This record gives sequence, structure tokens and C-alpha cells, in this order.
Amino acid sequence: MSDQNNNSENKELEALMAETIGVKIGPHKSWDPVNQPMIRHWAEAMDDKNPRYTDPEFAAGTEEGSIIAPPTMLQAWTMRGASWKHAPGTKERAADQPYVLDILDDHGYIGVVAVNCDQEYFRNLVPGDDISHYMEIEGISEQKQTGLGVGYFVTELWTFVDQNDEKVGEMRFRLLKFCPPKEAPKAASKPAVESDDKPKKALRPRPGMNKDTRFFWEGLKEGKLLIQRCTSCQTLRHPPTPMCPSCRSLERDAVEASGKGVIHSYVNMHHPDLPAFDASPNPVALVELEEGTRLVAGLIGIEPEDVRIGLPVQAEITQCDDELALALFRPVSEK
Amino acid sequence: MNSVNQAFQNLSFADIEVGQKLPGLDIDVTTELVVAGAMASRDYQDVHHNKANAQKLGSKDIFMNILTTNGLVGRYITDWTGPLAVLRKVNIKLGAPNFPGEVMKLSGKVTDKSEQDGQSLVEISVAGKNSMGNHVTGTVVVALPQDSMPKE
Repeated sequence: MSDQNNNSENKELEALMAETIGVKIGPHKSWDPVNQPMIRHWAEAMDDKNPRYTDPEFAAGTEEGSIIAPPTMLQAWTMRGASWKHAPGTKERAADQPYVLDILDDHGYIGVVAVNCDQEYFRNLVPGDDISHYMEIEGISEQKQTGLGVGYFVTELWTFVDQNDEKVGEMRFRLLKFCPPKEAPKAASKPAVESDDKPKKALRPRPGMNKDTRFFWEGLKEGKLLIQRCTSCQTLRHPPTPMCPSCRSLERDAVEASGKGVIHSYVNMHHPDLPAFDASPNPVALVELEEGTRLVAGLIGIEPEDVRIGLPVQAEITQCDDELALALFRPVSEK
Repeated sequence: MNSVNQAFQNLSFADIEVGQKLPGLDIDVTTELVVAGAMASRDYQDVHHNKANAQKLGSKDIFMNILTTNGLVGRYITDWTGPLAVLRKVNIKLGAPNFPGEVMKLSGKVTDKSEQDGQSLVEISVAGKNSMGNHVTGTVVVALPQDSMPKE
């Protein structure tokens, strides 16, 4: 298909979709008014012990004078539940009312993924409040090339009102409708494995290790930060290499460093945000040891914005997991 | 007279500084949590309770629904502020799914403080990271009391 055809087809699709913007559908009614049992069930699922949600005695002293629903529960009140039906009194979309998600399905954009959910709460809901919502399409993006395929971002605006038709909350829900690539995409995650429900921790990447560098990593496991030394001319060097860059001798051993140094240079790594590293952004320094060699290492005990060239640091040999020990550096408090 | 729950601190607007970090909260994502969250939010999409169907759709397991993520983000903030705070906005962006077996590590940092329409508002950026990356990132706005103690 030529680009020209593609363009005219897109124009046709986009014109169809544009007609669906701003058409308000609803109300969608709740099966039950805001009530303590559903609030308790929610608080229990989230392990949320906020006494405002479940302790009437505490709640009596608050502004509302009664328990409130967790604000994030907003959307739950009008959900259809297992029957997949809204409560009586709901005004559904008319059968002949075009709907952007159906239009996109019909044009091959069958994939869907939620991208953003922005909620705003105008007042706390209390038992007895009867919530309904209206929904309209607020916006549709231009066609976008995304990691999942070509698609359109669709923004739904949900307006939540109470029994007096007063607005109590609002939600913007943004989703991507995309055309999955022709070849079946690989499963989003690793192949199906039996999950044992045991928490796991992402591990730091393993170092590349060879005969020349093994002593350095083994030293860390024993709690020592080692520096390679030429036994012919006594010059220290890092990273480890087979030959002395000063005298070309192949004779070498290692000495233990004091671990004292200063930050020679640094980066705060923002992207990618790797799960094994707790800090984000992740501060990484080139540390100049007092013995004169430099090494790249992670920083601990410092906020990324506080890292400075020249800052004195001290190595802390850290057992990161069962197999990996690293020298991480912590700022030394200046006296 | 209020009986302030001893388990909670009660932060006031004055207690908070921009740049301040929140203590972390680790959420063990279990099958029970995913299913209980879906049911509590009345979300009966099968990918949140039926593993076989979730796998047919290319997912390795059932996964947490958005409403539960919202609920946990809200809890994370009010666990820190105490019950006198009022959630005003929860804006989240969704990333890696939360499968049973994951640990979601929630972290947060105060990014702004402002007084608007008689409310003392604090904005917090939040991230919830699991072994695959960020499950959720976002911004929460919470209204806090000016003073440390509730009005008598």
C-alpha cells in the first residue's frame, strides 16, 4: 500500500474518530451507595489502616464527622461488578452512537494498554453518598509510532457526581489503542514459570571476570579493596591488566587500598532505571584513591544532587547478594 | 477530643520540606493481594483472577489492576502523613505489570508546597518499582493541616 493510500485512510479514520469527541455518556449509576462494608473490604485488601476509613470513633472527630471512603476508591462505586451490568437508572451509550474504541478495533487497532490514570477528588465521600459517573472522549492523539506498534492515544474524561448532581471527582484515563505488529509479539515477560509467590530481589549485573581481573573480585569477597602492583617497578595500576604500562613487566601482585579517596568525576544515571539499584537517579563516581589509582564505583549515603567533585569518600565493601561483593563509596563527613 | 491513632504520625504543612524523601514501603505482590484488590474494586476482568486466561493473552500470570495500584499509592502517602491529610490528586503512569511474586518498592519525594484556595497542598512524586522496572510512577497532591494537632 502506498503512503498516499495510507494517508487518506488515516484521514478517513481520524474524521470518524473526531465525531466521538465530547459526547457525554451517562449517568452510570452505582449498585450501592457509599457504605462501610465495601470500604472495609477495600481497606483490608490494601492493608490500609487509616482510621478515617474504618474507625467511627476516630472519624467522629474529623471534618466530616464520620468515616470517609478512601478517595482512590472513587472509580469502584460505579463499577459493573461480576454481572457486567450498571445499576438501574443508567443511561448507556445508544447503539448507533459511534465509539472511538470500537472504530479503532474495526480498523485493526485491536491492542489496548492503559497508560495514565489521573484522578482528582473535590470532596471526601461518606456513607450514603450515591455516586454516578459520566464519560466522554476528551481527546485523541495523532497517529503515533510506539514500542507496541502504530496507534492512537485516547483520553477519556470521567466525571463523578453525587446524589445532588454535584461534581465530587474527576478522572482522566489515557489508553493506547495499537495495531500489533504482524509477527506474534513475544510474551511481554519471561516465559511462563511457576510463580511461587516468594518475593524476589533484582540482582546487580555480574562483573566480567577473567584471569587478569579475578583477584580484584575475590579480594572484595574477602572484604579487601585491592590494587594491582607491578613487582618490577612498583607502579600501581587499575583496572587490572596483564602488563605494566610503565615498564612492560608481566610480573605483578596486589596491595590492599586504604579505601580513602576523593570524587574525581561522577554521573547521576537517570535512564535506564534499573530495578537492582535502589537510588534513582543512581549516583556513580570515578573515585581517585589516595594511592593514586582511580576506579568507577557506586555512591551510597548521598543524595544525587549533593555529589561534588573533590568530595572525600571512603570505601565500604558491601555484600550485594550471595555472589557479589562491591566497593561502594560513602562521603566522609568533613570536620 | 480526637484520639489520634498512635500508629500514625500526623504531619502538618509546616513539618514538610521540599526535597524531603518519604520512607520506602515494600509491597509483597501476592495472588491474594491481586485478587483481593480486584474484588474490592469490583473489577472482574479475568486477567486479575484467572491465571489460565491471563496466560492465553501472553501474560505469565494474573496481574494487579489499576484501581489497586491507585489504592496502594494513596495508602503509601497517608501512611506517611497520617489520617489528617486529605488526598486531592493521584496521577499515575503505568509501566511494568505487578505479577504475584514481585516486590513493589514504593518511594517518594516532596516536589512542591503551595497554599491554594485556603488549602495547604504538598506535591509528592512517587515511584513503585518491581524486578522489571517501574510498575507505577506519578504525582500525588495532598492537603495537610497547618498545625500539628487536629482542631479540638
